[in-house]
Amino acid sequence: MTVVDDRPETVAPAPRRRPNRLLALLRNSWRQLTSMRTALILLFLLAIAAIPGSVLPQRGISPEKVNQYFVDHPDWAPRLNRIGAFEVFGSVWFSAIYLLLFTSLIGCITPRLRDHIRALRSRPPAAPKRMARLPQHTVLPAPPGGTAAIAEVLRKRRWRVEVRGDEVSAEKGYLKETGNLLFHTSLIAVLIGVALGSWYGWSGNRLLVAGADNAFCNTRQQYAEAKLGPRVDSADLPRFCLRLDDFQARFLDSGQPEFFNATVTVDGPDEPTRSADFSVNSPLRLNDANVYLLGHGYAPVIRYTDRFGNSQISDEPFLTTGDMGLTSEGLAAFPDANVDPATGQRAPDQQMAFTGIYLPTAPEQAPFVRSQYPTERNPALNLVAYRGNLGLDAGIPGSVYELDQRQVRTGKVKEVGTKLLRKGEKWTLDDGTTVEFLGTERYVTLSIRHDPGSTMLLVSCGVLLVGLMGSLFGKRRRVFFRVVPADPGEGSPTSGSSLVEVGGLPRTDYPGFADEFTQLIAAVKGDADPAAERAGVREGAE
Amino acid sequence: MSALSDNLVTFAILAYLVAMIGHAVEYALGNARTRVATAAPVRELVGAGGGVLPTPPAPVPSSPPADRSARQARLAGLVGVGATAVAAALHLAALVTRGLAADRMPWGNMYEFVLTVTFIGVAAWLVVLWKRPSLRKLGLFLTLVMVLLVATAELVLYVPIVPLVPALNSYWFVIHVSTIVFASGIFLFGVVPAVGFLMRSGYEQGKRSFPYTLAKRLPGAAGLERLTFTLHAFAFPIFTFAVIAGAIWAEAAWGRPWGWDPKETWAFISWVVYAGYLHARATPSVKRNVATWIAVLGFLTVLMNLFGVNIFFTGLHSYGGLD
Ligand code: HEM
Repeated sequence: MTVVDDRPETVAPAPRRRPNRLLALLRNSWRQLTSMRTALILLFLLAIAAIPGSVLPQRGISPEKVNQYFVDHPDWAPRLNRIGAFEVFGSVWFSAIYLLLFTSLIGCITPRLRDHIRALRSRPPAAPKRMARLPQHTVLPAPPGGTAAIAEVLRKRRWRVEVRGDEVSAEKGYLKETGNLLFHTSLIAVLIGVALGSWYGWSGNRLLVAGADNAFCNTRQQYAEAKLGPRVDSADLPRFCLRLDDFQARFLDSGQPEFFNATVTVDGPDEPTRSADFSVNSPLRLNDANVYLLGHGYAPVIRYTDRFGNSQISDEPFLTTGDMGLTSEGLAAFPDANVDPATGQRAPDQQMAFTGIYLPTAPEQAPFVRSQYPTERNPALNLVAYRGNLGLDAGIPGSVYELDQRQVRTGKVKEVGTKLLRKGEKWTLDDGTTVEFLGTERYVTLSIRHDPGSTMLLVSCGVLLVGLMGSLFGKRRRVFFRVVPADPGEGSPTSGSSLVEVGGLPRTDYPGFADEFTQLIAAVKGDADPAAERAGVREGAE
Repeated sequence: MSALSDNLVTFAILAYLVAMIGHAVEYALGNARTRVATAAPVRELVGAGGGVLPTPPAPVPSSPPADRSARQARLAGLVGVGATAVAAALHLAALVTRGLAADRMPWGNMYEFVLTVTFIGVAAWLVVLWKRPSLRKLGLFLTLVMVLLVATAELVLYVPIVPLVPALNSYWFVIHVSTIVFASGIFLFGVVPAVGFLMRSGYEQGKRSFPYTLAKRLPGAAGLERLTFTLHAFAFPIFTFAVIAGAIWAEAAWGRPWGWDPKETWAFISWVVYAGYLHARATPSVKRNVATWIAVLGFLTVLMNLFGVNIFFTGLHSYGGLD
């Protein structure tokens, strides 16, 4: 602590003549920036700046909530948006605070590092003239070995010792400053680790339905949304494919989940083909990517048979609505329905879509809107059929979970009926076409990521902890011994032999120093004979 | 077993109340001069003794003619300490039975969490009191905090026992949560001498208005300040470790070590504020009062994380158990 506060005084005073104003200003600002007071203020600003990040919805975490906020507060939201309040942790002002703090940090530790290395190389200083002024002070009879014996005791206790004539100086507790510097340096390493991750990392989320037909390969196009760091190109994504073979879940009677496990087959040029299991808390670790299990649900398998007798199957995942019973909502769209096989002629107003609510455990009686248990004890699919122009370009599969409501409003799509289907049941629509609920597939929600900064992050966090403990629990202190001839005039029983004057100085806040000093004295006297020791007690009391 | 645990909590609250009353009576009777011999001049002992270790100063009872109220006050204080120990034992028993009933560590929701944090706080207090009996008068403030928090847990946060959701079912749960709970408990205890110091130092500077007069019989300001620092310096690395462990776990469970979820954000805020406290205390130009206020602020952010985040925000950490 003293290191920092002393520093301004150790800087040579600027020459009186022709002071370079700009240089002085720069030097002063730098000194200001690297002062402990500035660090404190910046730390505070950082804490305060983080608060809106927890109060307001954040785009990176819950974009839907941000959109909702725009709907709820149409007047405030745009203004907040302009100042980056929905992306606090990437905002200019948040970044400015931590970058300033880290600049301050670098400016603060560099000179301390230099000083510390110098201190490590130099020898403990000479004993002060008037040792009685030190916080700890005593006099005892010299041990037989003199300074050499004292130095030996100190060295055994891992003090750094310097013997100068009949004086011994010793110092201990460099660990404190070493730890402190290690701690502050690893803060910088943590920041670099985070930066590496965001520059060179990538991530994407993806629903994966069970079955070979639904296998997913790691390309940009296969993600609904993917985030690539600024230094990552789509071509850099490691090539592998995943197929969901099995998904198991166990639930308590209350419906609370207890256990999940997904079994997948991995293969691809960058990965050997193999089967692997993973679950919540234990992700699938591939060479250059990790696969995390975030959620799961059901994909109802629906077969539609059109007027020409052509059947098509949809097994789109139905998204869970968030209740315990895994009530799920989704859409089965058949944009290619009712294409005349003879002419290949599309009938754009004859496309079919079914919106539905899937209930793994339907209640005994209507309303059939809420599932009572997450496993399929009484599965039922509540379908609403629509016919017309879906507003999709024909032939686009997947990634549609909702019917385009504009088409419904403008009458281009019409509702043609509603029905609750059990597994295996068939429903014949007004135009004689049929829809069948064949069963369900499981699907899992995956997050697939690569973070090249994570190792650095982990290591620097470890170093940070070690350094912090050294900094907090290390104690810097010095002791000095001076062998002096005993004063014969005192008439002491040890007259003629010599005495040792001892002083101790804790250099940091250290309430236990007195105890340590006492023990050290006892150890030094351990070599002296008991009589002399008793004498020493009386001697010291004077 | 679960009902037994609930009853034990109620009894513990009652025992804390008794302890608080004991300490309050001691305060009211006042004038007890038990602190006389506690500040033995250690330095002289060493200077004189060489090999003699300073013995822990024993409280010297007041001289015979001293009024009876001093003895009564001391008795009331000891009753307070005894009742605190009983309460802590009941508190521990409540946690153990809750854990046995749930067949897991009792840290699955906000109720259990607060119950454990408060237990750590009181246990740490008893340990410190064992070593430094002269701090006894802090007991009034400590038991007040305990009564408030444990009663809040029982009345507001109570939820029946449920098993853990799979996301929590990991050995990281034990590592991360136990250290968070432990550090929070020490921070909780630490705020008591911090507030005590703020009042006492005002009192020692001659302030005689309301909150300062409460500090009339507290131990000296310097000792309180040192205790505040010791507790925070002890808890801070544990808290740091807990946050790092949380990040490691979050990487495994959610795919990212840090995502600025509200809980994570507030843990970050607490960490930064406590780092600010340590800095402020290490800077001679910052007054000790200011530094101590920062420690108090730090505890408010811990409380915010404990209660506020579960109640006001939703995030991945929303396992508080309240709807
Ligand atoms: C300009 C920036 C900084 C300066 C000048 C600075 C300076 C110092 C100094 C001199 C100490 C030693 C205190 C002592 O030995 O008692 C210290 C300790 C510490 N610093 Fe910093 N630091 C800076 C930035 C930071 C930052 C950004 C953090 C993290 C948020 C941080 C966290 C800590 C912690 C936790 C301690 C331990 C406190 C202790 O040892 O008592 N510092 N800092």
